[in-house]
Amino acid sequence: MGVGFAAESGRHTGMSRLRVEDAALLSGSGQFIDDLAKPARLAHAAILRSSEPHALIRSIDVAKARALPGVHAVVTGEDVRSLSSPLVVGVKLPMECWPIAVDRVRYVGEPVAIVVAADRYVAEDGLDLIEIDYEPLPAVVTPHAALDRVNPPLHEAIGTNLVNERRFSYGDPETAFAAAAHRITVSVAYPRNAVTPIETYGVIAQYDPHAGTYDVTANFQGPFSIHAVLSRALKVPGNRLRLRTPPDSGGSFGVKQGVFPYIVLVSLAARIAGQPVKWIEDRLEHLTASVSATNRLVTLEAAVEADGLITALSWDQVEDVGAYLRAPEPATLYRMHGNMTGAYAIPNVAIRNRVVVTNKTPTGLNRGFGGPQVYFALERLTAKIAAELSLDPVAVIRRNLIPSDAFPYRTATGGLYDSGDYAGALDIALRNGRYQELLARRDAMRAQGRLYGIGHAAVVEPSVSNMGYVSTVMTPAERAKAGPKNGAQATATVALDPVGSVSVHVASVPQGQGHRTVLGQVVADVLGIRPEDVQVVTELDTARDAWSIASGNYASRFAPAVAGTAKLAAERIRDKLAAIAAGQINVRPDEVIFEGGRALARHNPDNAIPFARLAAMSHWAPATVGGGEVQALRETVYWTPPQLAAPDSEDHVNSSLCHGFIFDFCGVEIDRETGRIVVDRYVTMHDCGTILHPAMVDGQVRGGFANAIGAALYEEYAYDSDGAFLAGTFADYLVPTVAEVPAPEILHFETASPFTPLGAKGVGEGNCMSTPAALANAVSDALGVGIERLPMTPAMIRAICGGAEPARPVSAEAPANSPEPVIAGRGLTGSGAAEFAVSQQELWNTLLDPDTLAGIIPGCHSVTRVADTHFRADVTLGVGPVKGRYTVDVELSNLVEPASAILSGTARGALGSGSGRGHVWLEATGAGTRLSYEYEARVGGKVAAVGGRLLDGAARMVIGQFFKALGRQARKASGQAGNAGWLARLFGGTR
Amino acid sequence: MPRLRRDETTSVRFTLNGEAVSRRADPRMLLSDFLRHECGATGTHVGCEHGVCGACTIRIDGTMARACLTLAVQVEGAEIETVEGLAPEPGRLSVLQDAFRRHHALQCGFCTAGILMSLDTLFSDEPEADEVRIRDVLGGHLCRCTGYEPIVRAALDAVSRLRSGKTNV
Repeated sequence: MGVGFAAESGRHTGMSRLRVEDAALLSGSGQFIDDLAKPARLAHAAILRSSEPHALIRSIDVAKARALPGVHAVVTGEDVRSLSSPLVVGVKLPMECWPIAVDRVRYVGEPVAIVVAADRYVAEDGLDLIEIDYEPLPAVVTPHAALDRVNPPLHEAIGTNLVNERRFSYGDPETAFAAAAHRITVSVAYPRNAVTPIETYGVIAQYDPHAGTYDVTANFQGPFSIHAVLSRALKVPGNRLRLRTPPDSGGSFGVKQGVFPYIVLVSLAARIAGQPVKWIEDRLEHLTASVSATNRLVTLEAAVEADGLITALSWDQVEDVGAYLRAPEPATLYRMHGNMTGAYAIPNVAIRNRVVVTNKTPTGLNRGFGGPQVYFALERLTAKIAAELSLDPVAVIRRNLIPSDAFPYRTATGGLYDSGDYAGALDIALRNGRYQELLARRDAMRAQGRLYGIGHAAVVEPSVSNMGYVSTVMTPAERAKAGPKNGAQATATVALDPVGSVSVHVASVPQGQGHRTVLGQVVADVLGIRPEDVQVVTELDTARDAWSIASGNYASRFAPAVAGTAKLAAERIRDKLAAIAAGQINVRPDEVIFEGGRALARHNPDNAIPFARLAAMSHWAPATVGGGEVQALRETVYWTPPQLAAPDSEDHVNSSLCHGFIFDFCGVEIDRETGRIVVDRYVTMHDCGTILHPAMVDGQVRGGFANAIGAALYEEYAYDSDGAFLAGTFADYLVPTVAEVPAPEILHFETASPFTPLGAKGVGEGNCMSTPAALANAVSDALGVGIERLPMTPAMIRAICGGAEPARPVSAEAPANSPEPVIAGRGLTGSGAAEFAVSQQELWNTLLDPDTLAGIIPGCHSVTRVADTHFRADVTLGVGPVKGRYTVDVELSNLVEPASAILSGTARGALGSGSGRGHVWLEATGAGTRLSYEYEARVGGKVAAVGGRLLDGAARMVIGQFFKALGRQARKASGQAGNAGWLARLFGGTR
Repeated sequence: MPRLRRDETTSVRFTLNGEAVSRRADPRMLLSDFLRHECGATGTHVGCEHGVCGACTIRIDGTMARACLTLAVQVEGAEIETVEGLAPEPGRLSVLQDAFRRHHALQCGFCTAGILMSLDTLFSDEPEADEVRIRDVLGGHLCRCTGYEPIVRAALDAVSRLRSGKTNV
């Protein structure tokens, strides 16, 4: 890859030009949403979120928050219900999807109330003053639990957590399986994760009560089909919701589609507060509750011949969309529907698709969108076929690839693959990627006794989504009733101003993909001018700009669809200019060419007119030009490819327009002691059609690859078994740094797409699809054990290959005699003992006296006795960065005075909640009394999300402080003098 | 050290990229918010507000620091430098900024300000910084777009130009 510069009048497209976006971004003058000038009277919103995974809301008391000086308004679910409608759900279901909890919370982080205040600090103060009384319900956390009808439904009107099921059959899978030499199956689980962008969500909204219009700026990325969902939710016609995007957006990777529920909430908050309101999401909110990829359980079976030929596939997919089927879900499940056979020619396919809801954050767009889930199963399967049949994995891939002469190729499920030479690309990848060397390296490493493996993945990367593919979730009869949905409208406008300079506008809202640079190249090439003379605007304003439902930046649609449409718009204006120029230089229009900043006669280059003069003519001399249809001022093109038809009556769907090809292979080494996976070499071959800007294509590959390293090895939006969210900081949700991301070796192969104006295909998502599978295959090869789950954490790897835990380094000796709680998820269990120089009865009395307890519980403000065996304490506790006040209820049972008791309790506060149970024994010893205890506790809310790593230490400290104070108090009660040295030796216990 | 009161703003004076700033701040106001929303220096970005992502990295008295983990009142009397101060003059780029542009070391540009500040500080403190040191310092930053490799290349290019005195951009 090099930096290339074309000659002034040469072909710019295909060169790695410097990006026009960069100078401003490098100088700190980008215009991200939180950088924009503030409207007058701007107020700030903060959102109170559920600490409970699943609970009824008994009451919300906002009086104290409303009374706080600086607070302008407090908005709850009740207000939202009265002013708006639920968000439309993509499948006919009795499910109300509100952007804020109404009566019931269904996931940790679900919005419960909004405080609007003079600034963000005061707004957050207001959140702390809101009191919510929850009635907890059992949480349904895993897809397995969701399928189990024993568990309560999240949405009672539906009655089950299995909210959609469809079965499909293409070809004759039954016969193929019956006739197969082998049936080989994988069962895999893809985790929750997201390519969380570094810039979080932001919304600025105003409401004009006279006109009844909402004016919103948000770092939304599309698809703008969501605009229809928003205007319907806000109960206004589309033209009364003006949605704009800021000039810059700090990454999205699909995730910023998920800002849309907050567009509704902040719009309503602005309406209620009577002033403009801004909300900038914080990182905890983003990790907890923005959007996640779906976690999916897949069982995939193949009918296989002896030589590795796959004759049929049978998919069983269980898609976990979180608490609501929020638009555009279940799109993740259906985005790949035309590609369920991947890069392979497999004529027979059976599919069973189930969608379940669980008490987790709703899912949505995320880089790869459905591809990672499908290819983790499919490419683990091809590797397993090779392993079980003792075949070369590359031979199994090659045996099944779609033949090079078969394009355009129709897949069994309806996909139409535009172009490719998969076997050709694979051969070049093996040769130029030095595959033989890698095989030799594996042999050499293994000869040294090291754990080394090689993995492969061949995938088809779809791009330019068919807006109708989601309707595959409906039955053909339901679709017929609903009317057809299809296509992928892209728009571009090219305009000429009175001095003949060229402006371009597209409805694509980039988040760093360099669209302005590429569009300048493409339009300049058509008009024969310099890219720097083309001014490109990519922010979108739905009130002024050309747009449609497919507008936005997703499904890798820029290069194939948007840039191609800009070319068409430029050609349309060029053809008009040619007609005008023909009259000026006295040649036929078809003899006019554009180059070097001039329109000139093809056969007489000296007969020319400067481009700017020609381009200005329709402004200055429309009568000369001819006016009307002839003049060249501004051309807007809407383009949709005819190949993107609605699903047919047999559920065939061409879910995407373009299909790139990727073949990856890699070598990994595993450290037996630590379970660490080191990616030794990674080769990735891409055919993304015609390349418009090589450096940007490589940038997309590298970025997607780094994201995939995260998904494969580190990142997971983890939940405890009771629904507590556990990954609320970047110390818990591990985004790879430079130390974790190796440089992939990138290879290219170009087969132009016949379906797009520039021959380009999408390239943004491929490695998110191929890399997790390739790495899992390499790890499986190294270990000799099939990987079935991601991320492949050191703990998972050590459980497979690890021997005995290495001895603890001498310097890191554990402190003796301290109780050691054991973390199980964010559940805590522990036990310990302490000795006290008082009698059994004295200790017992101390433990059961509220006044005494108030003095010895760390951070305790008061203890009241609610009933004989029921105490309520008001306690301030800090765990790591999260310090808060909690109401703690403790009930005693199984009292055997003065020998033992069971304490069970709950703690509730703005920052989280917990519950636990402990068993305490008092036992007389020669010197006094020995108290021993066991406990188990679970915590939820913010404490679990951000403080989890610190909980064991915090628990140890609090328990330690408690016993220290108990010892002191008990001796005081028995009239003994304090003895610090004695105490120090007494305190603590053994496990 | 003056005693600060929760409900009273405090006078804060410092220099921002060489310009004197004198304003009042709430004691709890984060420096990141203060620079962005009170001083209008929005080039410093906020990505996590817990010190991990590095987007808000600035220089305080010559040392790299996280603006999100600093209170505005702490920089009384300090010299603050941010991304807005890196370019030698408006319309030009520094050697490091230019290397980022040539190596396509940024895409969305949101994390970039912090990375530039860290590398700029590294190169001024350690003109001989090698790839290991560069990677070490970059380890304090999260970037989701680039996969880091172009950033490493840009940094190596910049430090070598700075060493050889090729600073014409």
